[in-house]
Amino acid sequence: MTAEFDVAVIGGGLVGAALAWGIARARQRVVVLDEGDVAHRASRANFALVWVQSKGLGMPEYAAWTKRSSDAWQGLAQELKQSTNIDVAFSRPGGFTLALSEAELEARAHMLQRLHNQPKMVRYPYEMLDREALLKRLPRIGPEVVGASYCPLDGQCNSLRLLYAFHAGMRQLGAEYQPNHVVHAIDYHDGVFVLRNSRSAVRAEKIVLAAGIGNARLAPMVGLQAPVRPQRGQIVVTERVERFLEHPLVTIRQTDEGAVMLGDSQEEAGLDESVGLGVTAAIAGRAVRMFPLLKSLNVVRTWAGLRVMTQDGFPIYDESSSRPGAFLATCHSGVTLAAAHALVLAPMIAAGSLAPDLDVFSARRFDVQTAA
Amino acid sequence: MFRRLPDAPVGTVTIAVDGLEVPARAGETVAAALLAAGVRAFRTTGVSGAARGPYCMMGVCFDCLVAIDGVGSRQACLVPVREGMRVETQRGRRPVEP
Repeated sequence: MTAEFDVAVIGGGLVGAALAWGIARARQRVVVLDEGDVAHRASRANFALVWVQSKGLGMPEYAAWTKRSSDAWQGLAQELKQSTNIDVAFSRPGGFTLALSEAELEARAHMLQRLHNQPKMVRYPYEMLDREALLKRLPRIGPEVVGASYCPLDGQCNSLRLLYAFHAGMRQLGAEYQPNHVVHAIDYHDGVFVLRNSRSAVRAEKIVLAAGIGNARLAPMVGLQAPVRPQRGQIVVTERVERFLEHPLVTIRQTDEGAVMLGDSQEEAGLDESVGLGVTAAIAGRAVRMFPLLKSLNVVRTWAGLRVMTQDGFPIYDESSSRPGAFLATCHSGVTLAAAHALVLAPMIAAGSLAPDLDVFSARRFDVQTAA
Repeated sequence: MFRRLPDAPVGTVTIAVDGLEVPARAGETVAAALLAAGVRAFRTTGVSGAARGPYCMMGVCFDCLVAIDGVGSRQACLVPVREGMRVETQRGRRPVEP
């Protein structure tokens, strides 16, 4: 049996598209099978942060992986602009997490200290700022803001254009995109994967499961596991206004076109994608305490989406030992990690195996150890 | 150009549009008053700067946004005129208050 593609990527969201672009860039013949509008698209719920501070408590390798992606992001943005003429509006002015009480500020400082005290923690700068120091950098904060953490590595982008650029770029590189293509079964014969649904069969030598929450269903078909659950996030967006905020905050950012995004909740709500007034009111209320000028802006949209969460919150990258050539990638931060996925993980998949330093991200970490 | 229907309300009020006095009919909307006064572009967009005016006149398209009595981005087609009302057309992204 011959395969018509080198690699089939299941999932056309930010993770799948970044990988497909990177694999096509490594001169492989790529097809992307995207489920369609019935999919629970996590890319809908993202906040467009390229965020470093505070990530990796419990897994310092994740902090390093995040920093590596953040460091590669400018290059990714430039390459996408050059090849597709789409400006993904990446900026890295450093980001803040504001505290509205001394207790919050203290908890934040303590958490960051524990993060950076971990053995094997990657080194990068961050600061804790009191109100006086913070006012010099964010003069429009409200009277209740007592301080903030700041990390110069944090940035942001226009994530809608990022997804669009990956899709435009992958097609330029010869990748084929098949929308409305759900995969029901994955067979494996003589080194070739056959991805089947009721209408068709696609043959590829390698496959990448990048279907977000859908990976939980697909992974066992190739001897892998993806214990992921949906987590609902709600976001509030205001009308476009003159620029007042260059820096991204973990819950407030102003887009390159002037809209202000307020976020974001983390709710355990199953597959319920509805927007609730209680949560959006709480989001807006907190945001107004941080920046009182927000109170006069019109809200133009609120939405909810389901993001992908693992038990420990860290990504899963895996390759199957029983089905060589089957890979899995699933994560919460598809925007932040886009550069690592496109420029580091994709070439590994193109070359046929994951580097040993990604072992730590295998879902085998969730297995209960056998007694000695 | 737009003309009022013969059975349009007859009472008159005066509103200020970008600082100029404009006559309006009691009961009509800000959008109707501006269109009758020959104002075509109520605002320019925040991204491309293109001119925009009322499209749907029924609260759906959000293209007729103006500042009314100091409150920005209100839908002119949904707000009835009132004596002494101050209306400002908008240019691009509106400023945030200090």
